[in-house]
Amino acid sequence: MSAAPGYNFAYLDEQTKRMIRRALLKAVAIPGYQVPFASREMPMPYGWGTGGIQITAAIIGPDDTLKVIDQGADDTTNAVSIRAFFARVAGVATTEQTSEASVIQTRHRIPEVPLTEDQILVFQVPIPEPLRFLEPRETETREMHALRDYGLMHVRLYEDIAHFGEIATSYAYPALVGGRYLFDPSPIPKFDNPKLHQSPALQLFGAGREQRIYAIPPYTDVVSLDFEDHPFRIQSWTQPCALCGAEDSYLDEVITDDRGGRMFVCSDTDYCVSRRAGLRNGEAAE
Amino acid sequence: MTEAVPLLIADGVSRSYGRHIGCCDVSLTLWEGEVLAVVGESGSGKSTLLNCLSGRLSPDAGRISYRRRGEAAPTDIARLRPVEIRDLSRSEWGFIHQDPREGLRMAISGGGNIGERLMAVGNRNYAEIRSAAETWMGRVDLALDRIDDRPTGYSGGMRQRLQIARNLVSAPRLVFMDEPTGGLDVSVQARLVDLIRRLVDDLSLSVILVTHDLAVARHLSERIMVMRSGEVLEAGLTDRVLDDPQAPYTQLLVESILL
Repeated sequence: MSAAPGYNFAYLDEQTKRMIRRALLKAVAIPGYQVPFASREMPMPYGWGTGGIQITAAIIGPDDTLKVIDQGADDTTNAVSIRAFFARVAGVATTEQTSEASVIQTRHRIPEVPLTEDQILVFQVPIPEPLRFLEPRETETREMHALRDYGLMHVRLYEDIAHFGEIATSYAYPALVGGRYLFDPSPIPKFDNPKLHQSPALQLFGAGREQRIYAIPPYTDVVSLDFEDHPFRIQSWTQPCALCGAEDSYLDEVITDDRGGRMFVCSDTDYCVSRRAGLRNGEAAE
Repeated sequence: MTEAVPLLIADGVSRSYGRHIGCCDVSLTLWEGEVLAVVGESGSGKSTLLNCLSGRLSPDAGRISYRRRGEAAPTDIARLRPVEIRDLSRSEWGFIHQDPREGLRMAISGGGNIGERLMAVGNRNYAEIRSAAETWMGRVDLALDRIDDRPTGYSGGMRQRLQIARNLVSAPRLVFMDEPTGGLDVSVQARLVDLIRRLVDDLSLSVILVTHDLAVARHLSERIMVMRSGEVLEAGLTDRVLDDPQAPYTQLLVESILL
């Protein structure tokens, strides 16, 4: 498959890609630090992943295989559109299988299948500043980052416990990268926070509207904030996935009728599909 | 009871805003456990002085030294790194704003406001923070069942008391107060003055109190400084200055108030 004529490879011009790569290098050198970059207009609205798509455009090569997921699914509008976009402007191969992809752009999830050193995970980030809703002044939050002054983040967790009896924050759960920078892991469920820790894959975060890039290099410590007497806990479910029976994956609740019928299924569609295929093969072999 | 070395020394502090003078060549010495009132009309430079002393504003000229906890000699605060000023201002210092909205986080519950300093200095135990918050709600006469309410639902007097609790939870040695009773009605003012006096006594706080209300100054302070147009006109024991004012402006000020 080759790229459509009339576009530079991967849509962005070479100078823009250079600029983004410089920001990426700085981001990798200072794990968790938000690096400003000159975000470009992309042929999609802000909030649809313009940050992630610019990073993907800057790092992707002709030999890469791209996977795009949105809320864990490969077949939602956003995922399908971005995959089609890069297939058209870069001519790269695309896949829905996590293990076959070399670059994975994601919104709201980290795949269930463990990633490897040969893979790069690109996150779409709406709000890169974890302190935004506690301290509206950007000048002040920058100083707080500079001084590693993060007590305020615990005030938010305190509020959760005071009002709900437990830390009720369930997504965009704040964490400390490499013991230094507080960061917002984008709206992934806190279920995925442990996967950020010591991940073999390079993890890049792009916020297009906010013009920030940050990164977690491979094998970096990522510690979710908590209290001594209210430790960090991930979500759990009382039942396995209704389709594939997985007990270790993040489940979505799906309403099946208007009489209260519901089922819980894997949010990672590739994981669910491949497990079901494996089960079928296993049955056939018996 | 005073120690040999003062807690805070200001020497020739000046600060101007372009052509406008904020405060001019102000010197003062504050000893441990002492309450110093700075009085004067609006625009006399009281707040500029307070902001300079508390490290929130850097003076154009002059030196401000503060003796930190466990240290024998005062340190020039201009030489402290920003992170050290930050640490001081939420552990050893307190700052009470006239408008509680400036000193409080209005989107955070009363308990969270009180606990913020503890979390800022590294306390990560919810039960401890919670019990400190409950203790301090009681000490400033706030009902315990309001602990999880936001200060947006508090009355003006309650907000001011919450602001005081939020500052005192870290057991500061020096509290800067900028018109703490301003904008409150008279009966609430009286209760607040009583509360401040009780806490200052209990905790042997040092206080620099900026006010234009001579009655508040007389109730709370041992020493007083009268300012006008950025300069100190008169300073001395509160009772002496208010009973027997020397400077013509102070005489005018005392006469114009029903004491």
